[in-house]
Formats: sequence, structure tokens, C-alpha cells
Amino acid sequence: MESRARAGEAMIRTETITGRAAPWEAALIAAILIAGGFLTVFGAAFATDPMFKVQMYMAMAGFVLGLGGLTFWLGQDRAEQATRYHDNVVKAGVIASMFWGIAGLLVGVVIALQLSFPNLFYFPDLGWTNFGRLRPLHTSAVIFAFGGNVLIATSFYVVQRTSRARLAGGLWPWFVFWGYQAFIVMAGTGYLMGVTQGREYAEPPWYADLWLTLVWVVYLLVFLATLWKREEKHIYVANWFYLAFIVTIAMLHIVNNLAMPISFADWFSYSAFAGVQDALTQWWYGHNAVGFFLTAGFLGIMYYFIPKQANRPVYSYRLSIIHFWALIFLYIWAGPHHLHYTALPQWAQTLGATFSVMLWMPSWGGMINGLMTLSGAWDKLRTDPVLRMMVVSVAFYGMSTFEGPMMSVRTVNALSHYTDWTIGHVHSGALGWVGFVSFGALYCLTPWLWKRERLHSNALVEWHFWIATIGIVLYITAMWVAGIMQGLMWRAYDQLGFLQYSFVETVEAMHPYYIIRALGGLLYLAGALLMAYNLWRTARGDAPARAPVPHAVPAE
Amino acid sequence: MWRFHRLFEKHTMILLIGILVVVSIGGLVQITPLFFIESTIERVEGVRPYTPLELAGRQIYIREGCYTCHSQMVRPLRDEVERYGHYSLAAESMYDHPFQWGSKRTGPDLARVGGRYSDEWHRDHLIDPRALVPESVMPPYAFLAGRELDVNDAERHLRANRVVGVPYTDAQVENAAADMRAQVDPMSSFDFERRYPGALVRDFDGDPTRLTEMDAIIAYLQKLGTDVDFSNYEAEAPENLR
Ligand code: HEC
Ligand code: HEM
Ligand code: HEM
Repeated sequence: MESRARAGEAMIRTETITGRAAPWEAALIAAILIAGGFLTVFGAAFATDPMFKVQMYMAMAGFVLGLGGLTFWLGQDRAEQATRYHDNVVKAGVIASMFWGIAGLLVGVVIALQLSFPNLFYFPDLGWTNFGRLRPLHTSAVIFAFGGNVLIATSFYVVQRTSRARLAGGLWPWFVFWGYQAFIVMAGTGYLMGVTQGREYAEPPWYADLWLTLVWVVYLLVFLATLWKREEKHIYVANWFYLAFIVTIAMLHIVNNLAMPISFADWFSYSAFAGVQDALTQWWYGHNAVGFFLTAGFLGIMYYFIPKQANRPVYSYRLSIIHFWALIFLYIWAGPHHLHYTALPQWAQTLGATFSVMLWMPSWGGMINGLMTLSGAWDKLRTDPVLRMMVVSVAFYGMSTFEGPMMSVRTVNALSHYTDWTIGHVHSGALGWVGFVSFGALYCLTPWLWKRERLHSNALVEWHFWIATIGIVLYITAMWVAGIMQGLMWRAYDQLGFLQYSFVETVEAMHPYYIIRALGGLLYLAGALLMAYNLWRTARGDAPARAPVPHAVPAE
Repeated sequence: MWRFHRLFEKHTMILLIGILVVVSIGGLVQITPLFFIESTIERVEGVRPYTPLELAGRQIYIREGCYTCHSQMVRPLRDEVERYGHYSLAAESMYDHPFQWGSKRTGPDLARVGGRYSDEWHRDHLIDPRALVPESVMPPYAFLAGRELDVNDAERHLRANRVVGVPYTDAQVENAAADMRAQVDPMSSFDFERRYPGALVRDFDGDPTRLTEMDAIIAYLQKLGTDVDFSNYEAEAPENLR
């Protein structure tokens, strides 16, 4: 440990050189920002559409701010600040994750309330507050803004620690961070104005997609270059998952967003494909946004943070190899289970269903590897609420990856498709798995990054855990009941052989469940607020007077 | 075998390429055939590209996120066919860039809503859904009635569609803006009707003096699912089996 620390110090000295932005690097970033700025000037000048004009002005402001930030950054003397690891960008990521998380959950609660009390939460004159605009805002805010920031921050942290190398590329990680935030703001404000491509999870317009492509390629290069510099012989398993996530999302994003803008001065574009081909491309993308954004990336988190926090090695190395390759191979095929009984040819539906059922196995392989990592340390679940949160998240992962294959069977899907059952499935994965494992990682990272011995309050984590768990249970049970009831009512016949219920009767029947769901969401949001408070106090360095509880401090 | 895996663990590029190969296979095998197998899209008569006004309505449908609550895909299940009408064919969305099949039915399917209600009903319903259906959770869209429709873009919209494969003729592209106005004005729609045989021509929003976004969205809704004449569609015919 001692010698390691000294070696680290020696590293710092050499790193001061690489830690500083090379002039060409700063020049290249400046060139990108200036070029982008020029394009937005043209965009704004020739805009044939007022919404596009607003977006261009916003982007212009972004580029100017970026240039300002760059100048400020260059003016500072970085030499003193260069450290063994590049952690400031990870800190920024933790803050951004918490911010977008709360924003996304808040919008979720608002749309849940709109479906419960339409008379109170719709405003006829404020088109931008309508459900149709806010729902994409919710999904993008929680998946891409919250989830994306968690993934970028944790991947930057994990790849440095497991490679024993400083993040490559000097300034570029900051370019990734701020570029990604800019993408989120462009997309989010666009939705509110009605700028959308009308395809679920791929709503951002063509110019935001192009920008994201650039940012993502830089992200990939930073990640790869850090792996190249590594001082460990082997690439750690968490990094396989992160790399699969980054590469595959790039592929999906580029292909699925191929589109023809009506002009380069307008936001609207027509997707390159139509009808049935477009549908399959979109769900090839959509399902693998689940598979690689919401699963592979977060499995990377699981593979680093659970062993670290439990202070135990990963359960099985061989299992991780098998389930990694099987998972990424099988996921890609499963898209058609979103299109059962549609006009998609039958052979494609069958193929999708078959691979979805097979997907159950590697999914549970991952779950077993995560859970069994605790063998010999189960007692920690009682004392460490952070670890408990992450372990429960893995259990939810197991649950939704059992439910998913079941819903992929055509006869089950005939009932569940189009209903709130899907929403229940989504949120058992989203709140239980994605949410909890992210919260766990943020709870771990904050004391590590801000160099605190422990969190401000473990009791608050307990509260967060229980409030949020009750919230999840309310949410998903309400949606299961609502969904199955809806599905059964749609297909119910009376004695005379007529359909028994009109559509609005099924809408009315959902009312109580929508209220329960909104309540569950409120609890979940309340938990997240407690967390934000706790993290803030931790970062500030407030600890209660009580002597610190012995707590596994991560070995670097 | 486990030793073989070290190759991937020790060489970043090999890992990267391995991942790329493994994740490419599924998509290639599943998606590419859809572009080449002829039977993917049934051969039926009647499906025509959208008129400029309907296309503008479709853009509003996308902009307002109607697809987050409404599907446009009737499945071949007994109750759905009875509730909504003939199940949807792939051919019926062959000009839809992007498709709008949807994934959630908070509201009913709209694939065959065309002709089911009067224009006035749609207008009143869009302005205040709960005035007509008290239990509804649909948002109000009163502002559509007040917004003038932008006709200047029409030509560009058709042109972009043509780039991605929708067979608009030169005459249709060049007259797009005029056709948008003509569709709501039966007195001057002679050329329009020649260019788009069978399209509905009337004032949709109840205000003949103006061309509004309400005109466009209602024109679009009234067109949905009306192209194919199902009285002589044979589902079991060999060319329609998939
Ligand atoms: C919050 C979800 C929601 C959104 C968003 C939404 N609707 Fe609806 N819609 C409903 C519900 C629920 C019903 C059934 C009750 C009713 O008729 O109002 C409905 C009914 C309809 C109907 C009547 C269908 C029938 O067969 O009875 C039409 C037409 C319609 N909506 C069009 C639209 C259009 C156009 C938009 C976008 C501008 C839209 N809806 C957005 C929920 C929604
Ligand atoms: C083995 C794993 C899984 C399988 C086979 C699977 C299968 C399915 C199926 C069949 C649907 C319903 C599609 C429909 O009827 O429209 C669905 C929807 C969905 N699932 Fe999963 N699921 C799995 C895991 C997960 C996980 C872990 C998440 C994480 C959050 C998730 C998120 C979603 C989302 C967001 C949707 C909704 C898509 C939409 O319609 O907008 N799934 N899944
Ligand atoms: C406070 C917590 C939350 C609440 C109250 C909430 C509420 C909602 C509501 C009301 C919908 C629309 C459902 C419908 O159309 O009927 C929705 C959709 C969705 N939410 Fe959430 N949400 C929450 C958290 C999350 C989180 C944390 C995630 C992901 C990480 C998430 C992902 C999604 C997705 C992917 C959809 C679209 C589902 C589909 O299309 O099938 N939500 N949410």
C-alpha cells in the first residue's frame, strides 16, 4: 500500500504533463466549438421555422459558453491540480446525475398525475405541458440524462481504477461531459416545443443526433485510450460491459436515426425507412436501448461496485465470460417481441420471441454472479443500506428479466401488449434495477470522491431505501393489476356475444390504479430528495459527532 | 477455452472487434431480409401517399405526441377486429416515415378512425375531450384551432419524402402549397382532385375563412385506414400470406 502510494506520487509528477491540455487539443476543441457556432448562426439566420430558430440560438449560446469555459480553463494553472486520477469530471457527473434524476422523476410524477386528474393537470392554453410532450421528456430525462450521466461518470471512474491509469485525453473527458449535457438540454427543450422525431426513445431531432454522434465517438475514444494506457494486464469485466454499451449504442443510434431533414434550416425530418421496416429498425434500437443502455452499462456498475462495497471478489469469472457474450449476442435479436401480432412478418416475430426466451438464461447468469458475490458477506446486508440497495436492485433485475421473456411469448403478449402491464414491467426494471443500482453507485462514489470517511448519514439511506421500496411496490403492483384488468376487459364478451366494455369504460377502470401509481412515484421521488440532501452534506464534509461506524473503505 | 478468452482480456482492439461482430449478427439477419423479401408488404390496391394537408396533420400528430397514447396497428385478434375494424396490413403504412404503430393504448387505436366520426365531433373533442367523453384522460388541444397552418414548407416536405422513397410526382411536389389550400376549398379543388383521386375535400375545422392546424389534423384523422377496400381483400390469397 505504502509503496503503491509513493509510486502514485511519482506518477503525479509525470501526469502533470499529460494532465495539462496540449495546445493542439485545446485548439481542436475550440475549432469544433467555433465551427458549431458558425453553423448555428447560419441555422438561425435561414431558419424557416420558429422552433428551429430558438433551438439554433440556444445551441449558439451553448457554443459561446463552451468557448468561454475553455478560455477560462486554459487561463488557470492546471499543473498543481493534476492528480493521479482524473476525478473532477466524475464529480461533475455525480452532481449532474442527481440533478437530472430528480428532474426526470418529477416529470414522471407530473405525467402520472395528469393521467389521474386530467382536469387539474392539463392547461388548454399551455400546449407544452400536455402529456404527449412531457412523456418523452420523462423517458429521455430518466434514461438518457440520469442513466446516461450515471454511466458516463461511473465508467470514467471504474476504467481508471481497474486500469490503474489516468483518464486519457486531457480535456476531452470534459468535452464528453459538457457535450452530453448540451445534448440533453437541446433535446429536452425541443420536446417541450414539439420538436420530436416521433419514435420512442429516439425523439431528438437530426441536429441533436449529429451532435450526440460526435460526443459519443469522443467518449468511445477516451474510454479506449484509457484502456490502452492501462497498467493491469487484464481488462476487468466491468469494462467489457461498458465497452459493449458504448460501441453498441453508437451503432444503434446511427442506424436508427438515418433521416432526411426537409431542409437544413428546419427541425423536421423524415426517417429513411417506412412502415414495417421502420418499425423493426426502431424496435431493434428500442429493445437494445434497454439491453445496452439500461442493462449492459448498469451491469458494468454492478461488477465494480458490489464487489467493492462488499469487499469480496466477483463470484465466478467463468460465469461472467459466458453471460457477457451470450447476453450481448442474444439481446440484438429480441426486438420483434415489441411487434407481436403486428404487420411484421411472422418469421421475424417467432425469431424475436425465441431469442427473448433464451435471453432469460444469460440475464439470470448476471444476477447470480451479482448476488453470489455476497457469499460470506451476507451479514453486511443488515448493516450497510447502500450494499442492500444494490443487492435488491439485482433482485429486481432478476425479476424483470423473468417477466420480460414471459411477456415475449405470443399468447401472453396478446394480453399484455398496449396495456399498463408493459408500464409495470418497465418500471420494475427502471425503478428497481436501474434506479437502485445507480443510487448505490452514487452513494459509494460521493464519499470516495470527496475524500470523506463515510456518508453523512446512514440512517437517511435506510429511510431512502424503505420509502423507495414501498414506492416501487405500489407502482408495479398497481400497474400489473391495471394492465391485466385492461387486457381482460378489452377482450371480454357478454352472453350475447358482443364486446362487453366500451373503450372509455376501461379508461375509467384505470382511475384508482393511476392514483396509486402516482403515490408510489411520489414516494420514490421523496427518497431521491433525501438522497440528494445526504450526498450534499457528505460532499460538504458534515459528519455527525458520533464516532464513525466501521465501514469497508474501498481499497484503491 | 478459458485461456483463449485472455486474448479478449488483454487486447483492447480484439475485444472491441469481438463485440462489434457479435452485436451485428442479429440485426443483419433480422432486418435486412425485410427490405428484400417481396412478401413483406402485401400487394393491395388503394394505398396512396398523403396529400400535403394530411402530411401536415401527421406532422402535428407527431409533434403533439399523440403516439404516446394511441396505437395505429389493429392486431388480428377477434376482439380488436370487432372493436376497430379489419386488422392492419403492412401495406397501409408503407408511406409512413416514421411509422406510428405505437406501443401503448391509453386511448383507443386510431388505425381505422377515418370516417368513424364527423369533423365537428373531432373538432369539439380535440378542443375539450372531457366535454364529450367525461371519463377521458386525453389532453385538450384547443390551441390547434387558433393556429394558422404554414403552407410555405409543403413543397419541401414532399421533396424530402421523395428522397426517402415516397412516389410523389413532379406535379404533386410543385403544387404542394396550392394543394394544401385546395383541399379545404371545394370550389377550387379541380386540379387537386386529379392529383389525389379519392382524397376528401372540404373545410375540416368549421372555419372556411382560415386554414388552421385543426384542418390538417382532422384531415389526417379522417384519412386513417380508409385507403384499402377490404370488401375484395383476400387474406388467404397466396400473395398475401406471410
Ligand atoms: C394522455 C393520453 C392521450 C393523448 C396524448 C392523446 N389522446 Fe386521444 N384519446 C385518449 C383517450 C383516453 C381517449 C378515449 C376517450 C375519449 O374519446 O376522449 C382518446 C380518444 C381519441 C379519439 C377518439 C377515438 C375513438 O375511436 O373514439 C381520437 C380521434 C383521438 N383521441 C385523437 C387524438 C389526437 C389527434 C391526439 C394528439 C393531438 C391525441 N388523441 C392525444 C388519450 C390520449
Ligand atoms: C430478458 C430480458 C427482457 C425481456 C425478454 C424483455 C421483454 C419485454 C417485452 C416482451 C416487452 C413488451 C413489449 C410490448 O408488448 O410492447 C418489454 C417492454 C419493455 N421493457 Fe423489457 N424485457 C426484458 C428486460 C428489461 C429490463 C431489464 C428493462 C429495464 C429497464 C426493460 C425495459 C423495458 C421497456 C422500457 C419496455 C417498454 C418499451 C415500450 O413499449 O416503450 N426490459 N420488454
Ligand atoms: C417517480 C418515479 C416515476 C414515475 C411516477 C413514472 C411515471 C411514468 C408514467 C406515468 C409513464 C407513462 C405511462 C403511460 O404512458 O401510461 C412513464 C413511462 C415511462 N417511464 Fe417512468 N416514472 C418514474 C420513474 C422512471 C424511471 C426511474 C425510469 C427509467 C430509468 C422510467 C422509465 C420510463 C419509461 C421507459 C417509460 C415508457 C414506457 C413505455 O413506453 O412502455 N420511469 N413513467
